[in-house]
Amino acid sequence: MPSRGALAPLMSHIGVRTASELVVHGKDNRGEPVESAEVGRVLPVPEALAELLPWRGLRRGGTVAVRGATSLLLALLGPATSAGSWAGVVGMPGIGVLAATEFGVVPQRLALVPNPGAEFAPVVAALLEGMDLVAVRAAAGIRPEHARRLSARARHHKSVLLSFGAWPGAEVELHGSTARWSGVEAGSGYLRTRRLVVEAVGRGAAARPVRRTLLLPDSAGGIAAAEGATEANPARPRELAG
Amino acid sequence: MSAPRLLVVWCPDWPVVAAGQATGVPVHIPAAVLSANRVLACSAQARGNGIRRGMRRRQAQGRCPELVVFDDDPARDAALFEPVAAAVEELAVGVEVIRSGVVAVPARGSARYFGGERDLAERLIDQLASSTGVECQIGIADGLFAALLAAHRSVVVAEGASAEFLAPLSVSELDQPGIAGQGCAELIDLLNRLGLSTLGEFAEIPEREVAARFGTEGVRAHRLANATQERPLDRRRPPPDLSITQHLDPPVERVDAAAFVARGLAERLHAGLASRGFACTRLNITASTEHGEQFSRMWRCAEPLTPAGIADRVRWQLDGWLRIGKGDRPSSGIQTLHLEPAEVVLGSELQLGLWHGAEQAAAAERAGRALVRVQGLLGEQSAGTPVVQGGRGPTERVRLVPWGTERSVRDDPELPWPGRLPSPSPATVLVTPEPAVLRDTGGAEIELTARGELSAAPHVVRSGWVTGLVSDWAGPWLVDQRWWAPERAALLARVQVVLTEEETGTQTALLLLRAEHDSPQWMVEGVYD
Repeated sequence: MPSRGALAPLMSHIGVRTASELVVHGKDNRGEPVESAEVGRVLPVPEALAELLPWRGLRRGGTVAVRGATSLLLALLGPATSAGSWAGVVGMPGIGVLAATEFGVVPQRLALVPNPGAEFAPVVAALLEGMDLVAVRAAAGIRPEHARRLSARARHHKSVLLSFGAWPGAEVELHGSTARWSGVEAGSGYLRTRRLVVEAVGRGAAARPVRRTLLLPDSAGGIAAAEGATEANPARPRELAG
Repeated sequence: MSAPRLLVVWCPDWPVVAAGQATGVPVHIPAAVLSANRVLACSAQARGNGIRRGMRRRQAQGRCPELVVFDDDPARDAALFEPVAAAVEELAVGVEVIRSGVVAVPARGSARYFGGERDLAERLIDQLASSTGVECQIGIADGLFAALLAAHRSVVVAEGASAEFLAPLSVSELDQPGIAGQGCAELIDLLNRLGLSTLGEFAEIPEREVAARFGTEGVRAHRLANATQERPLDRRRPPPDLSITQHLDPPVERVDAAAFVARGLAERLHAGLASRGFACTRLNITASTEHGEQFSRMWRCAEPLTPAGIADRVRWQLDGWLRIGKGDRPSSGIQTLHLEPAEVVLGSELQLGLWHGAEQAAAAERAGRALVRVQGLLGEQSAGTPVVQGGRGPTERVRLVPWGTERSVRDDPELPWPGRLPSPSPATVLVTPEPAVLRDTGGAEIELTARGELSAAPHVVRSGWVTGLVSDWAGPWLVDQRWWAPERAALLARVQVVLTEEETGTQTALLLLRAEHDSPQWMVEGVYD
C-alpha cells in the first residue's frame, strides 16, 4: 500500500479532490465567499467575474476556456499578476499588451511566446511548470489527447490553464457575446464602455449555465457588473440616404 | 590574520580606453563614457578640460565642446580587457580579474622568481606596453583593497605596512566597484557626517562597535580600512560536484550564441549552489575548443554572484576570447564550457531585500527557468516580457524584450504624446495591419481632407478580415510623424468605428489607421474585442 505522501500527487493527477475542497465547492453554489483556508488555492479574479466562476476565482490546477472576447481573458489575468503571480501567453501574437495593462496586468510578469509553431505543447508544458497562469491559443484546434495531457500538467503543477477558444475538457467555459459599445457618436467622443453578455457553462459543479451582463471595459477601464439587466438603447443604424 | 600579498595591475580610465580602441578614436582627443547621462569615466585629456566623474552630459559638453562621448558597455570593456589579462598571465600565475581594467596577482611567488617585487612590476609594465599597447599602473600591498589603492598611486607598500598606508586616505576611497559592496556610497556619506574622514580614524573603532552600528556592510568596509581580509576566514572549498560542464554541439563561434549558452549555464550553476545554501564569489571559467586548446580565467566579485551576474561574466569572457586577434584566439569553435565556483560563501549572504518579498522572488526565478527552457526550444527571440513605452499607436507603445536582455524603456510613456489614443486600448492588435476599404453612403472612398478631417461620415468597412455597416465612429486622431524630415514624414490618422450586425445587434469596434503618403490606404490596426 503506498504511503499517504506518495498518494497525494497521484490523486491530484487524476483529479481527485480533498474533502475540504468539496465542502467549499458546495458553498459556492450558494454564492458565499471562499473560506480563507482556500484562498491560496484560488487565484483572484475581478469581482464581476467571480460570480460566474465556481470557487469565485481561478482554481489552481483547473482549465478554463474563454471565447468571444479577448478582453475577457485579459481581465482574468489582471488581479493575479498584480498579486505577484506570473502569467504566460502562448500563441497570441496580437494580444493587446496595452489593454492588458489597463486591466491591471503587470507587464514585468507577463511572459509572451507569440509564435510557438510546432512546439506548442512543449512550450505550454514548460510554462505551466513555472507560472501560475498560462493563457494559450492553439492555432488550428488542438487534438483532445494533447489537450488532456496539458490539462493534467496544469493540475499537477497547480497552475491554471486558460484557453482562448474551445478546449476539450475545460471545467468552465466563459463565452462573451452581444457586445454593445457606447462613447462614440457621429465622429465625436471615443470608445468608452461596452456592455457584454457573458455566459459561463461548465461541467460538474458549474453545469448550470450562469449569464451576466458586464461592463467590459467600464468607464474606469476595468470590469464591472452592469446595473439592471435591461439592454441599453438598441442599435441605431445610420440612415442610408441623407 | 594578515591579508595575502597582492600585486594589482590597474589600467586607468579603462572604459574610455576600451571605447577608444573599439571605435578607433585616437587618445589625444578628449573622450568620456556616459551612463544614464552622467560621466562614468573620462580620459586624461578630458580631465584636463575640467570634466569630472558624475558630471551631467550637458555640463561636460559645455566645458569641452570637442568631447567625444561613448555609451557605457560593460561587455565591450570586458571583452577588450581579455588581452591585457592574458599578457599579465604570461609573467605571473593566479591571475584574477577583479573588474574590467583591474587584475590581481599573488605577488610572492612571481616576485621571488623575477628577483624582487620592483623587478616584477617593471617587467609587467614593459610586457603590457609592448604586447597590448595599454598604459597601466602597478601597486603591491597586503590585501586587495590596499593593493588597488597602491596601484592608483603607483607605489609598493612594504609588507605589514598596509594599515599605515591606508590610514591617511579619505574614507571615500572605500567606493571601489568590484571590491566593496553596493551600499558603500551611503556608508561613506554617513562616516563623513560623523566626522570620520580618513580610513585610519574609521579603522580605530573596534570591530564590535562597527558591527553593532553599521551592520554587515560596515564590518566589510572596516576590514578593508584595517587592511585585513575582506571576508572572515571561514569560507569553504566547494565540493567538486558543484562545478558544471556543458558540451556544445554545434561548437560556439559567435558571441550571441555564447551569450545564450551562458544564461542557461548560469541558471544551472546558481541553482546547484543555492540548493546547498551556497553562493559563489569567485568563478573560474574554462573553455576548450575542438582542437583541444584550453582557455581559463578567474573572475572575482565582492557581492555573491546572482544568476545574471554569472551569466554576464561568462558572456564577457567568451566574448573576450572570441574577439582576440589572430594567433591567440581559439582556432576553432568552443566545444566545452566548464564553470567552477572557486570560492563560495554561505547563501544567506545573498539574501533578498526585505521589500522585494521572498515569495515573489521565488516565483520570478521559477518563471525565469521556464522562459529559458522555452528559449531553448524556440530560440532566444521567441520569448520575453513586454515593455510599455511612449508613442501614439497601440503597436509602437509596446515592445517585446527577449528574456535575459535588459528591459529598457526607449521613450518615456509619461511624456505627453499628442495624437495618442485614449484608453481603453484594443484587446487585439493585428501583427500586420489588414488593408480595408472605407466608404461613405454614396460609395465614395473616405479620404482625409487638408484640414485633417474625414471627407464624409463612414458608412461601410470592407476588408478580408471583417465587413460591416458602420453604426458609429469617432476620430480622427492625427499624428504628424517626423515632419522635420520631409522624405520620411508621414501623416497618420486613426479612426474608431463601431460595426453593428443587423440580425443580432451585436457590435464590433475596430481601430482603423490611414497613412497619408503616395498611396494612402485604410488598414485595420486593432480590434476592441
